[in-house]
Amino acid sequence: MPTAGADATRLTRSEKTEPLLVVEDLKTYFQTPNGLVKAVDGVTLSVERGKTLGVVGESGSGKTVLSRSIMRLNTAGNVITHGSVTYNGEDLLAKSPRQMRDIWGVEMAMVFQDPMTSLNPVVKVGRQMTEHIRHHLGVSKKDARDTAVELLRSVRIPEPEARFDNYPHEMSGGMRQRVCIAIALACGPKMLFADEPTTALDVTVQHQILNLLGQQQVDRFMTMIMVTHDLGVVAGRTDEIAVMYAGKVVEKAPTKQLFADMRHPYTEALLRSIPKIDDPKHTKLSAISGRPPDLINPPSGCAFSPRCPYAQPQCFTDTPPLGAAPTPGHQYACWFPVGSPEGKDAWDKNLEAKRPQTMAAAGLVNATEELAAGAVVGG
Amino acid sequence: MIKMLGLRLARLVATLFAVSVITFAMTLLLPGDPINAILPPTTERDPQIVAQIREEYGLDNNIAVRYKDWLNDAVLHQDLGTSYVTRGQKVTDQIKNRVPVTAQLALMAVVIALFFAIPIGVLGAYRQSKWDDQLTSAGMQVALSIPNFIAAIMLGWLFAIKLDLLPNTGWARISKEGLLANLKTSILPATALALTQMAIFSRLVRSDMIATLQENYILSARAKGLPDRFVLFRHALRPSSLSLITIVGINFGALLGGTVVIEQVFSLPGLGSKLLSAISSRDILMVQGITVFIATVYVIVNTLVDLLYIVIDPRIRRS
Repeated sequence: MPTAGADATRLTRSEKTEPLLVVEDLKTYFQTPNGLVKAVDGVTLSVERGKTLGVVGESGSGKTVLSRSIMRLNTAGNVITHGSVTYNGEDLLAKSPRQMRDIWGVEMAMVFQDPMTSLNPVVKVGRQMTEHIRHHLGVSKKDARDTAVELLRSVRIPEPEARFDNYPHEMSGGMRQRVCIAIALACGPKMLFADEPTTALDVTVQHQILNLLGQQQVDRFMTMIMVTHDLGVVAGRTDEIAVMYAGKVVEKAPTKQLFADMRHPYTEALLRSIPKIDDPKHTKLSAISGRPPDLINPPSGCAFSPRCPYAQPQCFTDTPPLGAAPTPGHQYACWFPVGSPEGKDAWDKNLEAKRPQTMAAAGLVNATEELAAGAVVGG
Repeated sequence: MIKMLGLRLARLVATLFAVSVITFAMTLLLPGDPINAILPPTTERDPQIVAQIREEYGLDNNIAVRYKDWLNDAVLHQDLGTSYVTRGQKVTDQIKNRVPVTAQLALMAVVIALFFAIPIGVLGAYRQSKWDDQLTSAGMQVALSIPNFIAAIMLGWLFAIKLDLLPNTGWARISKEGLLANLKTSILPATALALTQMAIFSRLVRSDMIATLQENYILSARAKGLPDRFVLFRHALRPSSLSLITIVGINFGALLGGTVVIEQVFSLPGLGSKLLSAISSRDILMVQGITVFIATVYVIVNTLVDLLYIVIDPRIRRS
């Protein structure tokens, strides 16, 4: 974020320095016939005003449930939520659904993953943009229309007046996601959740949408949580990154720090699974061996241990706490962190014992062939 | 769009043609000679008179010619023939006379049913499996299981006999006795007809609505902070009403021919009771006329329903 520094100084002058959002030990469990699914299992994080937090993890790591839990959009009857979510000094979990409706759209808004399904197919785009403007801000139909057209223009939709009367099916995927962003921005929220905003889009469009989000965030001085499975997406666009695995944050650090000095083997594996442009041709895509963990009966000890190239006996029995690294703001949960002497020893020991996960990670064997369990592409 | 409308219209005409052929062919399948209906059974059959009558009614022509004449009169002169039984009574006049009663009953029944079914169905989906959903679902089950003539008798007993608020039988025409008198005579039979429809409609709305409420766009609408009622009625109802509209169309058509029992219970001069008496007196032209009329209305209503889809779901307009 090129202007993040400038914004931060403006912020400290005008606003209190306490974070806009503080999440403490948040747990979201789903009661299912098969057992309790611990989708989010004790997440603690905070986001300062005007900053962007990236939440990264595989499918099923709990990142989407986390963002919906913070916004309190999980309303199914089988949801159990514990912990605390403090937004702007207010306890969100204590609020009634009625009170939450005054926060949704106005204070917090969300851009959803799939623009093809998150707009109502039978309602004109214009009405979907103006209905909450009119509801929350109580403006006239005409003023709401003007605001909406202006918003469409600001998300760079050509001919916004004409597009106002379109139905969603008359627009492309990228255009629909622009509309979704415009809808989310319409009432000027202070906090924006972007839940895999580009996963359903073409690569070229992805880039435009991410730039648009980043620019709108700077222009409107919004705080943002960007949820993605792609470390590449958050690399240049976030101030801080939280890596989630099995409903827990396993590593959290300022973005630069994370890429420069990652400690958790899962973070390393996620990064390794991104193909690099200077790899030789036909390099095998590095997959994270094994499957994402079962959230009903998670593995004992560290949840990543069955797939971890560094795993030692201790990892299978003791759950590592999220502890501080020497660098400020950097936390990780690992007994044998990447880049430490313990980690190096663990790696060497596993390599010597020909632990398949380690062999695969070292590129010595193909993970998919070696692991009967079947590999899952990470990242 | 224009092409699609043209296609629908062509289909409508083709269906109506098929309806007319089948209805006309029905005459041939019915046992007995129409002459028996025309001439009193006691009359001695003078072959000359019989031949004269056959010629008068065109019965001596072959079937194709008879069909052609009948269709010609029906389409060009809106004349469905003259009853054999009540000689001189034009079928078309009889239908014109009887239709307002039946059509009004069917329309009122559908409107009353929808008026209650939509809120009940929406509530049921919104409060799925909670106590109020359980209660209304049970109520709808009861409404569905009571045959409409039982409901008619019960309603008549309660409102006409016990409370003495409404007449138990008879029909007041709007043109003669005015709207209020008309409503007083029509509300009980219409309600009796509406009960079953209401139960069917509300179940449909409820189940389609439950599916719609799972959609991502409902979550996005809620995440905008819109009130639940707004999300339910302005976002979820329309996409949930496609099968409702189909069934409303089909059932409206069915009601046109299916109010017979209710018309009997309340002694109403409707199309159904006329059809019943025409069948029992072998008044073939009358049966034919009423059947083809009901079928025509049915086909037209269902075409209108098809067009209504286009209004409701803009995505259909493109194809």
